[in-house]
Amino acid sequence: MAVVLEERKDQVLRLENGAKDIVCEKESLAGSVSQRACVFCGSRVVLYPIADALHLIHGPIGCAAYTWDIRGALSSGPELHRISFSTDLTETDVIYGGEKKLYQALSELIDEYKPKAAFVYSTCIIGIIGDDVQSVCKKAAKEKNIPVLPVHSEGFKGIKKDGYKAACDALYRLMDENKDEEYLEDNPFTINIMGDFNLAGETWMIKEYYQKMGIKVITALTGDSRVDEIKKCRHAKLNIVQCSGSMMSLAKKMKEVYGIPYIKVSYFGIEDVSDALYQVALFFNDKTVLEKTQELVRSEIERIYPKILEYRKALEGKKAAVYVGGAFKAFSLIKALKTIGMKTEIVGSQTGNQEDYKLLREVSGEGTIIVDDTNPLELSGFIREKKVQILIGGVKERPIAYKMGIGFCDHNHERKTALAGFQGMLNFAYEVYSTVESPVWKWTQPDYL
Amino acid sequence: MLLRHTPKEIAHREALNINPAKTCQPIGAMYAAFGLHGCLPHSHGSQGCCAYHRSALSRHYKEPIMAATSSFTEGSSVFGGQANLVESIQNIFSIYNPTVIAVHTTCLSETIGDDIPQIISKAKADGKIPNGKFVIHANTPSYSGSHVYGFANMVNGMVQYFSETTQNRKNQINIIPGWVEPGDMREIKRIALEMGIQTILFPDTSGVLDAPQTGKHVFYPKGGVRVDDLKTSGDSIATIALGDTASSPAAKTLDTKNKVPCHIMGLPIGLKATDRFVNALRTIAGVNVPESISDERGMLLDMITDMHSYFYGKKVALFGDPDQLVGLTEFLVTLDMKPIHIVTGTPSKTFEKDIQDILGPDTKANIHLSDTFMLHQLIKNEPVDLLFGNTYGKYIARDEDIPFIRYGFPILDRIGHSYFPTVGYRGGMRLIEQILGALLDRKERDSSEEKFELVL
Repeated sequence: MAVVLEERKDQVLRLENGAKDIVCEKESLAGSVSQRACVFCGSRVVLYPIADALHLIHGPIGCAAYTWDIRGALSSGPELHRISFSTDLTETDVIYGGEKKLYQALSELIDEYKPKAAFVYSTCIIGIIGDDVQSVCKKAAKEKNIPVLPVHSEGFKGIKKDGYKAACDALYRLMDENKDEEYLEDNPFTINIMGDFNLAGETWMIKEYYQKMGIKVITALTGDSRVDEIKKCRHAKLNIVQCSGSMMSLAKKMKEVYGIPYIKVSYFGIEDVSDALYQVALFFNDKTVLEKTQELVRSEIERIYPKILEYRKALEGKKAAVYVGGAFKAFSLIKALKTIGMKTEIVGSQTGNQEDYKLLREVSGEGTIIVDDTNPLELSGFIREKKVQILIGGVKERPIAYKMGIGFCDHNHERKTALAGFQGMLNFAYEVYSTVESPVWKWTQPDYL
Repeated sequence: MLLRHTPKEIAHREALNINPAKTCQPIGAMYAAFGLHGCLPHSHGSQGCCAYHRSALSRHYKEPIMAATSSFTEGSSVFGGQANLVESIQNIFSIYNPTVIAVHTTCLSETIGDDIPQIISKAKADGKIPNGKFVIHANTPSYSGSHVYGFANMVNGMVQYFSETTQNRKNQINIIPGWVEPGDMREIKRIALEMGIQTILFPDTSGVLDAPQTGKHVFYPKGGVRVDDLKTSGDSIATIALGDTASSPAAKTLDTKNKVPCHIMGLPIGLKATDRFVNALRTIAGVNVPESISDERGMLLDMITDMHSYFYGKKVALFGDPDQLVGLTEFLVTLDMKPIHIVTGTPSKTFEKDIQDILGPDTKANIHLSDTFMLHQLIKNEPVDLLFGNTYGKYIARDEDIPFIRYGFPILDRIGHSYFPTVGYRGGMRLIEQILGALLDRKERDSSEEKFELVL
């Protein structure tokens, strides 16, 4: 049985008769080996894929170094986002302030690269030394005539989710800048994809689906996006929110200010991606769009399903553990695993809220363990207890799974094949199969299997 | 990819670092702490720092990286982090049960001015540190120095907290290996053992970050220097500190604290530096160099002989940490190659002089404290035949179409570097195998069909 700290007992839920609600959205316990990150991390991952913007990190070198080209968000054009720019604050800057340095760096960079917009990320120390980042940005914006947006992402001012919020605020300011500009578009069916970051080219796949359905995507927030697209995206008829944890606050704001309705979807797994496309088609309620959607879904499922069944034969009855950043992804993963015959025994997230966990309960089977903000000790304990054969998570979880002698699939920044969409489901089945059925486990099998 | 973003003209920059050749102190402290057996590193700051360091170390070492964090919030940043740290200490001992907690600071806790020794004393006074358990610390402000300084500071902390003296000298030598791979630490120990010398090597990440696959996830793998052994470092006859930047602070502390004489020398990379290292071991311990070691040297020399005609005059660019660059430059010169651009992101008072001394007064080279953007510009102005550096060098290598050897920290896109040494004679053999492989692969790639020959 896994060891769980007394203080964390309510953040672990075993699905059995009369189980209480899980406790979540709680600050991590000091001293725990939490898998969570910080505010800056949240902002950085959301804004990072905007490829023609300048991303300047204001702080000591570390925050820039650790986020340099680590996101895996692909661009079809400019790649300015992949360069690491930092004000590299030193001791004297901490004492005398870093505003001058920031201004100088911004000016030089904008002159050199002529970006369409600039984002300036505040790191922990900026919140302590009190640089007036806002006014430096204002000054630079005025002089260089591009939007220069401060991102209030001081690491300690909350968790990753608060960073998402700070990023959404910056995005909102960007799209709200030149409100009076006209927008000409013949296609009456316009949408924005929200919360897809084009990891391994996933945004491209999703965009292609919508194109086939006869729907125009104004922008994806923020996968392979450009500043000018983002400025226009307030003209969309509908927002499609995936990864609701990161983008919900912006979707709500856009609804409130521009009257754009939104729907929450997921593109992972056959069920969810089909459902997402149908929901969009039904929203526009156009006969041609609906027919095209049906045709798309049917032909894609016909194409991939027989192949998936092949994998399913080998994987039927095997057990999985899922630990991801946002809870919404976890629902889809449970369903996708079901499609290939696997049962999710343990499921958890770093930042899920009460509503997320309620939904997780609904899709999880009896006996499933649900965890919020878990740590490696608990996680490996649960994995042993449930005799799991694959862990699905991110970079910090991979070596834990391997050391335990079980398979692993990265469903985070480090995925190298697209896991979204229909093809993504097939890729996912392939990845799970290749790791769970690897011959290496014959020699390294954990003592519990 | 960087191609279109890197202009050839080099402009003076003060306020801006582009594509760094360094990262911040705390990650170095975390890496060093893994070289203590049964140690849980603890990051006193926001959660993100700890998450980033763990991710970066996981990517490089491909091992579970366990470290705790004080999880700073807005409140702790206003009122100080004492409560968080005391609570952390209590929680860590009760649930993760390490022998040692190694606390390092971050830019946040440094700037708000948390007094770590005072907090540790308070925790001790309040009975939060069980008997036989330890809490040590290092100050690692992220806004000064670099990751190498953080490593050096944590190693120094190990000495400050643990070294003791009984006034009776023990026939053993302390070796501080510097920031090298676990496989390098293993090799340094092997060389000393082969010479029949008793050593205390610290930190020692071998057996921790290159741990075998067992089908179990253990929090504290069996490697790492034991606290009891580390305590006796104050009684050793000498300390050999490998690498001035990473290892000299701890060696000097042992000298002043316990009167253990220190020998600060370069990392044993290549023929000459390994000769000096073996010689230092020999003279300090008063032993003869065994035939097995002489044979290893002979084999390296034999390989160099076989390869020398391929190496002559090849221009090389390298970036990384000062200690490694000094060693590598010397080795390249030994091989008759020409290091012409040498860039580090880590401030060092002696770096430029050390490199220039190796090159000789009449040889011109670009030796800079800068970033990889600058290195790229230097290469555009004077192209090279080979590039050495961490994974981030691959952008330059691709854009400029240069053979590239991954060397240093971090290596995020290959597996194996943590197991195989590049120090000692054997490490030298591995390095030149890589160098020749890279050069000849390129030659073959570029050969016309007529010139694509069986024997090169």
